[in-house]
Amino acid sequence: MPDTALEAVIGLEIHVQLSTRTKMFCGCELSFGDDPNVHTCPICLAHPGVLPVPNEEAIRYALKIGMALGCEIAPRSIFHRKNYFYPDNPKAYQISQYDIPICGAGKLGDIRITRAHLEEDAAKSIHLGDSGRIHGSGASLVDFNRGGTPLVEIVTEPDLRGAAEAAEWARLLRETVRQLGVSDVNMEEGSLRVDANVSVRPAGSTELGTKTELKNMNSFRFLQRGIEAELERQRELLGAGGTVEQETLHFDPASGELTSLRSKEEAHDYRYFPEPDLVAIAPTEALLAEARDSLPELPAARTARYEAELGLDEAQARLLAGDPEQAGYFEAVVAAVGEGAEPRVVANWVTGELTAALRASEDAERPEPGVLADLIGAVASKQVSHAGGKQVLAILVADRDADVAEVVEREGLAQMGGDDGELAGIVAAAIAGDPAAAEQIRSGNGKAIGAIVGAVMRETGGRADGGEVNRLIREQLGL
Amino acid sequence: MAVDAAGRGPPRIVPVIDREQVLHVARLSRLRLDDDEVETMAGELSGILEHVDRIRGLDLEGVEPTSHVVHLENVLRADVPWQSMPPAVALAAAPEPFDGAFRVPSPQADAD
Repeated sequence: MPDTALEAVIGLEIHVQLSTRTKMFCGCELSFGDDPNVHTCPICLAHPGVLPVPNEEAIRYALKIGMALGCEIAPRSIFHRKNYFYPDNPKAYQISQYDIPICGAGKLGDIRITRAHLEEDAAKSIHLGDSGRIHGSGASLVDFNRGGTPLVEIVTEPDLRGAAEAAEWARLLRETVRQLGVSDVNMEEGSLRVDANVSVRPAGSTELGTKTELKNMNSFRFLQRGIEAELERQRELLGAGGTVEQETLHFDPASGELTSLRSKEEAHDYRYFPEPDLVAIAPTEALLAEARDSLPELPAARTARYEAELGLDEAQARLLAGDPEQAGYFEAVVAAVGEGAEPRVVANWVTGELTAALRASEDAERPEPGVLADLIGAVASKQVSHAGGKQVLAILVADRDADVAEVVEREGLAQMGGDDGELAGIVAAAIAGDPAAAEQIRSGNGKAIGAIVGAVMRETGGRADGGEVNRLIREQLGL
Repeated sequence: MAVDAAGRGPPRIVPVIDREQVLHVARLSRLRLDDDEVETMAGELSGILEHVDRIRGLDLEGVEPTSHVVHLENVLRADVPWQSMPPAVALAAAPEPFDGAFRVPSPQADAD
């Protein structure tokens, strides 16, 4: 039986492929989907006697990532050789960073970042036995186009306490890196790759259990499901009195199975040593200032500002902050509305009604912020009902020149007030038309009011204010 | 490790690389060594460590660790693409090219 009292302890290792024009240590162009081996040279194929030279833009991008994650930037960092034999690695070592990475400790949200370092990507290999083209041939085909692509590897502390939390945080990280403009962060194409270190321990314990490493899950959904499957496996194993072995696992989303990849003991004997072909990186003041000045307001900061200054709830703030373009529009509408409506109400219109209206037609466009502000103000001041406002919005997204007051007038959507008795008369007629519902409301069935409200709304074409209609029904029924 | 005022540790035992360690590193390096070669390697590697151990005996108080003998920093390159090699040239030295790719023995087979 799985021991559910065991707490999940999860850390992530994220590889971000940088969207520079050229590779990390040579001028071969980056590409995706080209013919094999059209972007290679003596450096990225590891011919004898060549010298790697780091790409300055990749250093800039790494600094931006480090600053966005609140990392300490190393005044001087060096590259190391990570030695291992594999056909996707022609030098038999990967140039990476070891004890002095370019970005040290930082934090994103509540999760501590251990480090973020620069390295080069491996080539892509296709195992022929798997592809079926030459069945069982026991050979692999290697394409070095990807070999040498700049990567930033981000490592977190084991601060995550569940599969859903891990996936949620990984989404925040992706959005943050995406807004920096330094990577495509596309999990399916492999420009964002997430590995998870997973272990469990008795709740309240501060010691770490034996961890396993889940490799290369290519969507957030699979990341979450893979971690869930591994937590379940470990809890079951420990619940039955067994022990967890340190190993690398592959999660197959189709079958839900976890399979062991290779022996950890050998795989981790990398014999790191300083790369003698490269000198140290010591970011100049100019380089640091340039990276710092280019940082946009990032999702975590924007979410916090919307909560604190605009009074949005967290979910709404996060939704807006995840899309800087939409967030910019939202802020423009808030500014235009002024005292006319709460920012919270504007957020509802922008993420709710407007999004739905834009989805309704391919040609639909956002109205000017001032125009949407006029509409929200008209609804807030009860000149137009909420339902009527949605009808106006449908016209605004189809016609960029439309004016709110003019549309309201033309479509006869001005809200019916209670003063002239017109609405009260329609309410009275609706009550008279459905005596059964009226009786139910009188005897305490509050839900029955919906039938009469619906009848009033039909009769008024949505021009009546729902709250006012409710009030009138209750008043006329003597409640 | 306890260190005295001059930065020296306790007297060190000369490290010896034994047979097992040679075989382990040979395996990591994909080298096949015969018995004589294992003996030779054990001796030569131990000699290198002895030399490092002599350096440890020096007074290194206030000396920064060295990662490189060249006193240069930030030797960088602008992010400008150059002309890559034609694939035929890239593959010229490959013993078994296939469909524009390098064909190699399966790494899975190697792991067994």
